[in-house]
Amino acid sequence: MNDIAQPRRKFSLQGKFRLEPRMEQPGWLSALISLGAVALALVLGGIVLLMVGGSPLRAYAFMLKAAFGNIGVFSDTLTKATPLILVSLAAVIAFRMRLWNIGAEGQFFAGAFGASAVVLTPILPADTSPWIMIPTMMLAGALAGGLWGFIPGFLKAHFNVNEIISSLMMNYIAVAWNNFFIFAIWSEGGFQMSPQFPKSAWLPRLADYSAQIPALRGLTTHLGLVFGILAAVVIWWILYRSKWGYEIRLIGDNPKAARYAGINIVRNTILVMMVSGALAGLGGMAEISGVVHRLQGAISPGYGFTGIIIAWLAKLNPLLVIPISVLFGGLILAGREIQPSGISMLIQGIILVCLIASDFLLRYRVRFIARLEEV
Amino acid sequence: MDPIIILQAGVASGTVLLFATVGEIFAERAGVLNLGLEGMMLIGAMSAFSTAVSTGNPWLGLLVGMLAAGLLSQVHAVISIQFQADQVVSGLALTFLGTGLSLVFGEGLSKAGAVSLLPAFSILGLVSIPVLGPILFQNQSVMVYLGYLTIPLAWYYINRTRPGMHLRAVGEFPAAADALGINVARLRYLYVFIGGLFAGLSGATISLAVSPGWFSALTTSGQGWIAIGLVIFAQWDPLRAALGSYTFGALRRLILDIQGPSMLLGLRNPFYFNPYLGFFLQMLPYAFTIIVLVIGSREAMRKRLGAPAALGLPYIRGARGL
Repeated sequence: MNDIAQPRRKFSLQGKFRLEPRMEQPGWLSALISLGAVALALVLGGIVLLMVGGSPLRAYAFMLKAAFGNIGVFSDTLTKATPLILVSLAAVIAFRMRLWNIGAEGQFFAGAFGASAVVLTPILPADTSPWIMIPTMMLAGALAGGLWGFIPGFLKAHFNVNEIISSLMMNYIAVAWNNFFIFAIWSEGGFQMSPQFPKSAWLPRLADYSAQIPALRGLTTHLGLVFGILAAVVIWWILYRSKWGYEIRLIGDNPKAARYAGINIVRNTILVMMVSGALAGLGGMAEISGVVHRLQGAISPGYGFTGIIIAWLAKLNPLLVIPISVLFGGLILAGREIQPSGISMLIQGIILVCLIASDFLLRYRVRFIARLEEV
Repeated sequence: MDPIIILQAGVASGTVLLFATVGEIFAERAGVLNLGLEGMMLIGAMSAFSTAVSTGNPWLGLLVGMLAAGLLSQVHAVISIQFQADQVVSGLALTFLGTGLSLVFGEGLSKAGAVSLLPAFSILGLVSIPVLGPILFQNQSVMVYLGYLTIPLAWYYINRTRPGMHLRAVGEFPAAADALGINVARLRYLYVFIGGLFAGLSGATISLAVSPGWFSALTTSGQGWIAIGLVIFAQWDPLRAALGSYTFGALRRLILDIQGPSMLLGLRNPFYFNPYLGFFLQMLPYAFTIIVLVIGSREAMRKRLGAPAALGLPYIRGARGL
């Protein structure tokens, strides 16, 4: 009886958002959030494209086709991915120790210089067997890159010099150093490039075997890709299966605990910076020996910086670096062909911003606390 | 190669570094490391120049440049203050974002041609001071004079005023500041924004006064990073920042001018006879930045000076630590 007598009550949904720290972070969630961040980045990049008068859908479709449309362009994408894998691994091993080596770009240039010096000085004559020439170039490239990493590492370890700035400054020095040699010492007929390397200094490409297997005709993918994949496996093994890798990870996670455990932080700082530099240097060697075949100025569209984004997107997992490098290789390849020219850099920047921002969702759960309220 | 002219141009070129360094000092004193300086400067330079080209008004350009960089800085503020993300990576992301945005929106701007620049003038009474007069007050851009004003004002604000004390408190010991009723997050947002405004000012000083025009990423050519190095050398003090900035400005100018004369101090000038040696001169500002960092870091260790204690750390109320 009573119920009927009462007037009808009206309710409205009230509530507020609350943040709660997550107790556990499942792996699938991390992958999902990263994918969401990349998707959001592509949407935001599309909005910018619209603002400058482009058509985002057509641009993305074009980029997809230009990077993965057929076996020929996919082979080019893999070629672009090769240096990316190596510089990303350089970032991974340093970042895992929370050592911010952002000088991979300069170490890449130093590696290219070191490898070129073998051919152009010349340290080895042009008719040297490739079986000796290529390993020597790899060694020289890795050494030059390692030296370029050693300087900021040494300064960090002994003088507490911020490695972010010193490694970045080394980038500009490496570019000027290479330019001096390209313009003044190894210039070919006054052009701003060295003479072409002899064939013995070229990394074999798939296309080289088209006489035996016609399907390989025109494919640019070269042996450097194998170096990259092997390096990824080795770095994975070092980081997750070796004592040294355990030290690196412990320093990264908790430097105080590492110090109490008697781990030599000074030595590891220098060593990790050198290994990081050597990986980037090997990337530089692979690029000039596998693609450019001479030393010149424009050998990198910012590979070293893209490597930072890839390392972060891969959550510092060396094996994940490989597929992500292929995607970014496609982005760089296709980005060269669309206007305006900064668009691939912009999309990379937006991806990194969204990625870092999205980590928040991994650490916190956004809860909507609802209650019904009478009005 | 007149030393007066080199120093005069050096002061102008150092003004760019001065604004960027002072802006970064504000952000870092509040506890937020913003490595996105280079990106913010590029955005500032590009939007200032672009506005000046399309409206013909350099002052409007200056304003737009500052606001654009200030707006970009808030991306970093949200990520590092609200989302408590790693400030190093977020700052790097900001540099990528700023560089990408300025390249995309600045497409074709390098061919824009002549544009009216910010005015330059001499200060009548002061220009007759021997030596210093012509260096500091002769036919300098209005931005250079603004730089002179910025140095003491920034120092006074940080060290002698109440809001300045709050600023330092938030960067040194945010938990205590919070307990005293200071809104830590709000102040950090504010000073990251101010850092962005200064970065925009610095960028606009390049594109509308010191070396006018838009040359894509070469417009700043790493000066944002040099400024971040100078902050460490300056021990987060605007007065020392001025010393560092003007020295670097003069160095940049010297590098340009040293290749001119055939004789140098009575000797054959190697840079004149072999212009390729200029590439080694180009390395100098970057090598000097590293040297300056070594000096600054050693001094900091000796005097037990240091960065603001909470620099780079997100503040979470109730969490352990600072």
